[in-house]
Amino acid sequence: MSAETKTPVKKERRSAGEVLKRMTRHQLFIPVAALVLLVLFNLIADPSFFAVSLKQNSLGNPVLSGNIISVLDNASELVLLAIGMTLVTASSGGQDISVGAAMAIAGSVIIRLVCGGQVSVDTMQTSLILAVLAGILVSMIFGAFNGVLVAYFKIQPMVATLILFTAGRSIAAWINNNQLPIVNDQVFKYAGTFIPGIPVPTPVFITIFVIVLFWLALRFTNLGLYTQSVGINANASRLNGLDPKMIKLLTYVILGACVAVAGFIRVSRSGSINYSRIAENIEMDAILAVALGGNALGGGKFNIYGSILGAYVIQFLTTTLYKYNVPSTALPAYKAVVIILLVVLSAPVVREKMSHIGKSSKRAKEVA
Amino acid sequence: MQEGAVLQLRGISKFFPGVKALQNVDFTLRAGEVHALMGENGAGKSTLIKCLTGVYPKDEGEIYMEGHEGPVTIRSPQDAQNIGISTVYQEITLCPNLTVAENMYIGRTKGSLTRWKQMNKGAGKILQELGIPASPGQQLSSCSIAVQQMVAIARAVDMECKVLILDEPTSSLDESEVAKLFKLMRDLKARGVGIIFVTHFLDQVYEISDRITVLRDGQLVGEYVIEDMPRVRLVSKMLGKELGDISDIKKASDKAADMSSVPVLETEQLASAAGIKPFDFSIHKGEVNGFTGLLGSGRSECVRAIFGADRVTGGTVKMNGESVKIRKPLDAMKCGVGYLPEDRKVDGIIGELSVRDNIILALQVMKGFFKPFSRAQAEAFADEYIKKLEIKTASSDTPINSLSGGNQQKCIVARWLLTDPVYLILDEPTRGIDVGTKTEIQKLVLQLAGEGKSVTFISSETDEMLNTCSRLIVMRDRKVVGELKGADLNQDMIMSTIAGGDNK
Amino acid sequence: MPNDIAVDKQGRIKNRVSMSDTNLLLTITVVVFFAMYAFAVFFLGGSFTKPQSFLNILNNNASLIVLSCGMSIVMITGGIDISVGAVTGLVCMCCAVYLENHGGNLVVAILIGLGVGLAFGIVQGFLVAHLGIQPFIVSLAGMFFAKGMTTIVSKEPVRVTNESFMALKNIRVTVPGLGAYNSKTGNYIPAYVEIGVLIALAVVVIMFIVLRWTKLGRSFYAVGGNNQSANMLGINVRRTKFLAHVLCGLLAGLGGILYFLHVGSGDVANGAGDEMNAIAASIIGGTLLTGGVGNIAGTFFGVLSLNTIKRIVSSMGFDEAWWSNITVAAMICLFLIIQSVVLMRKNKKKV
Repeated sequence: MSAETKTPVKKERRSAGEVLKRMTRHQLFIPVAALVLLVLFNLIADPSFFAVSLKQNSLGNPVLSGNIISVLDNASELVLLAIGMTLVTASSGGQDISVGAAMAIAGSVIIRLVCGGQVSVDTMQTSLILAVLAGILVSMIFGAFNGVLVAYFKIQPMVATLILFTAGRSIAAWINNNQLPIVNDQVFKYAGTFIPGIPVPTPVFITIFVIVLFWLALRFTNLGLYTQSVGINANASRLNGLDPKMIKLLTYVILGACVAVAGFIRVSRSGSINYSRIAENIEMDAILAVALGGNALGGGKFNIYGSILGAYVIQFLTTTLYKYNVPSTALPAYKAVVIILLVVLSAPVVREKMSHIGKSSKRAKEVA
Repeated sequence: MQEGAVLQLRGISKFFPGVKALQNVDFTLRAGEVHALMGENGAGKSTLIKCLTGVYPKDEGEIYMEGHEGPVTIRSPQDAQNIGISTVYQEITLCPNLTVAENMYIGRTKGSLTRWKQMNKGAGKILQELGIPASPGQQLSSCSIAVQQMVAIARAVDMECKVLILDEPTSSLDESEVAKLFKLMRDLKARGVGIIFVTHFLDQVYEISDRITVLRDGQLVGEYVIEDMPRVRLVSKMLGKELGDISDIKKASDKAADMSSVPVLETEQLASAAGIKPFDFSIHKGEVNGFTGLLGSGRSECVRAIFGADRVTGGTVKMNGESVKIRKPLDAMKCGVGYLPEDRKVDGIIGELSVRDNIILALQVMKGFFKPFSRAQAEAFADEYIKKLEIKTASSDTPINSLSGGNQQKCIVARWLLTDPVYLILDEPTRGIDVGTKTEIQKLVLQLAGEGKSVTFISSETDEMLNTCSRLIVMRDRKVVGELKGADLNQDMIMSTIAGGDNK
Repeated sequence: MPNDIAVDKQGRIKNRVSMSDTNLLLTITVVVFFAMYAFAVFFLGGSFTKPQSFLNILNNNASLIVLSCGMSIVMITGGIDISVGAVTGLVCMCCAVYLENHGGNLVVAILIGLGVGLAFGIVQGFLVAHLGIQPFIVSLAGMFFAKGMTTIVSKEPVRVTNESFMALKNIRVTVPGLGAYNSKTGNYIPAYVEIGVLIALAVVVIMFIVLRWTKLGRSFYAVGGNNQSANMLGINVRRTKFLAHVLCGLLAGLGGILYFLHVGSGDVANGAGDEMNAIAASIIGGTLLTGGVGNIAGTFFGVLSLNTIKRIVSSMGFDEAWWSNITVAAMICLFLIIQSVVLMRKNKKKV
């Protein structure tokens, strides 16, 4: 190639690189901006929002309390779900809307085993570890059910998981014969509240543990590359030796495990279960966390940390709204407004327009 | 406006972020002519057409149409339709879930009701006139791709257009279908329609066109009358350099492989769910052979069966004399077989992933789920092949779908070379990419054979196959009908074997 | 229905070989519904043999039928609207509060109901069509907003006593020839449907016509089939998607009014979960969530099938609360698998 034609190519390279940089910068732009905005709002409105104090809880243990602690604590389930949901979204290009119902099932299984069929127990009837493992197993089986429908029957994820969404809470009720057992054993509540002597809520540790686990998995296995390849182009992945069906199924099973841990935390908080209310609407929050993290809901490339951040932002918002005495039933309306603002701001059309405005003002400045 | 012109573009420019896709391009189309628009991939043909049809807004320049005072504004494909510009794209732009008749009429009828009877009658008439084997009430997705393409043309033809744009319409058609299309084009020409014809096939250009406009790197090279433009000059105009490379290739192919050794791969009565007749096939160390035949003759299906891409329904495969079981692509990969698929977009690239991930994918999969390459290692692999194959990319981090077709194809080739295969199958590696890269890929094939690898090379362009292959397996109707080598390896023999008759 | 075939003989023969996806799935739905109902009549007898019990399925689900029509239209364009259930609840509450606490006029109340639905449709349609935001996220926000607004309008249930409303609510349209004699007294009890059913049936017929014979209706299919192609074919894709959402919103408003007419009160729980019922009915009726395939007649049968199976299960002795949901889920599962297998087979044959 002659020297003349080479120069424009080089120019093109540099600017393509710039565009790419800007894009990667943008991936986490929305969740970070939202977080900053929320923090600023709270700082201005009432700095005491961030106060953290050491108090004695009802059992006489020293525990940390404050809004920030409550955000970190209460976001735990959502973070776990968001992680699994990100993988499912990436591999299958759709979302699992049954996670709330599946949490009810997992919680129900754990409570059933712990209570051994009794209505109220003071000491656990089954080893907690065994019960939790059983919960995880059952949840993974339901995850596999969703995964088979999606991967092998090629049903769109949201429709396939509609089945479990519809039936899940009923199955949960059926497992406990529609009773509402209560576990009074304090050990059972450790996972959802505090371990005596440790002032930080246990769910925070569980969440950190799971996040580290996924960090390791993404670092030391090909989970990331495989799910993205399959999500972007299943045909090509197959011709490169991958088994797209298996990988899709795998992500649903992983989500199942995440769901079970989240379900365990949730029932452990109160030591009881309400089939129709437990983790109600959480699937919507989980999907929102994925979208907020800058992940395309159509699948493909993902950033799991974006989703995690997204989950915390959502919880931060919820806690902020509670603080200003917004009744819990009206909460969705406010959340909706925020969602719309966020997605409108991150919509490509709007971003393009905004960057045009930015550019022209910049140009104006340069001229001046 | 020039005398006799139906359409005139003046000073059209189009910028994408960081790229000048079109710079000050002029183009004139006269009534009743077929005007070929030529250029390498990335020359700006598609962009020009999309600006003309309102898919992209143009950044600069004016468009004049016969019968319209001053420049016309075209903001959407609908606007283009309304002023008499119809387009048939390379990818089928019809709705697969609607009926054939609906696809021909939707979006261009008056009134707010759909008149099924009238529509089906009209569609039936046109289909019959053009000899398209489809019925109006049939769902489009139940037609073959070629028929769908012809329906798209039928739609355009029926629109009483002054300008008809055919953007690589022939890439999914076989010869008889192309002949039908050309007849149609001549009819339209006689009616005074101006036709813009975009294609990669030189033969077709010389068969049907009156004039050629050549673009290169987003700029106008020139407009030529076909008689004054020999092929070699056209190609050199498109490439922007003189040719010498292509004749080099011929010499290299004279090196023959050792045919007496045990074949690297041998199949016996292999058959797959894709519907090919059981076939025998073998390839030796250092050999380049190929499958040839018309579109749909089963040449891709054969190699897919060897690679385990389609479900194998019978037959045996031996590698170096030992029997192996290939049920899925991974089995083949483990045996040292690589496969570059026919359709790059659908089966080859992983669009949003980086060039690096695309290059290491196959080797990574072979290495295993729990053993990912370190970032540095992956980087090294990618950089090695980006350099070796001269892949033009900003960095190994660039998403592959932002590369041009030819560079994407090189990435896929790199992916398989990285696995160091003993046997590489290249199915249409040169389709839809620019002439320069085509030559590079052919050279690479011969180089690989020189290194002792076996290669199966498939191409729609017989020239390329003759340049590279020392043996050709000829297919017709999903069946192997002959094998050509040595002195038999020429255009005429291929044709007559494909056509059948007393040769066999 | 498939009158598009009857043009020339060649066409007819071809079509018998390969039915369009829409008609194929519709046929499955209709056959399954009749088989199921026949099963119930012959083996379970009881209330299934009474025409009134069939009409009661309509009476109880007039609102769902209307919602499902809107849902099917959005699904045909390749979108989804999960806000319809919550909008139903909001419309009920707005109408109830207006009529009861503000002593409002019935006609105005109905206009308010339609207006609320239309507003949701317009906003969501704008966000989906013009800003290119995923419909699931948009309607998710819509659902949250409607749910929250319902409790902001009133947390307590509002029972309506407005006279003209009660008069409208209590209209019973007798269906001639379907009445039955009371087995004890021997009195003739005429079979009836509520006014809402007539409206719902009218909606089904109108939407069927819209989808089949209007350009707009065919554009819905085209956009759902392949929106880039639709654009190239000269269809205004944005406008089409926008209108689909507007139509769906308007129907959600109307569905809310019918729900309100049926239950006669505003309550936070009104319409809860109806978005999923509507999606289920559409799927059972042969609408694919991928877009481009679906039929209003199928959706109508989808609603009937959904409720028939619920009743069959409960009359077979599985009357604990959870069985109903599990059955519906099993039903959706079954239909999804049938569709998936049928379509996969068909596509394979083509290759």
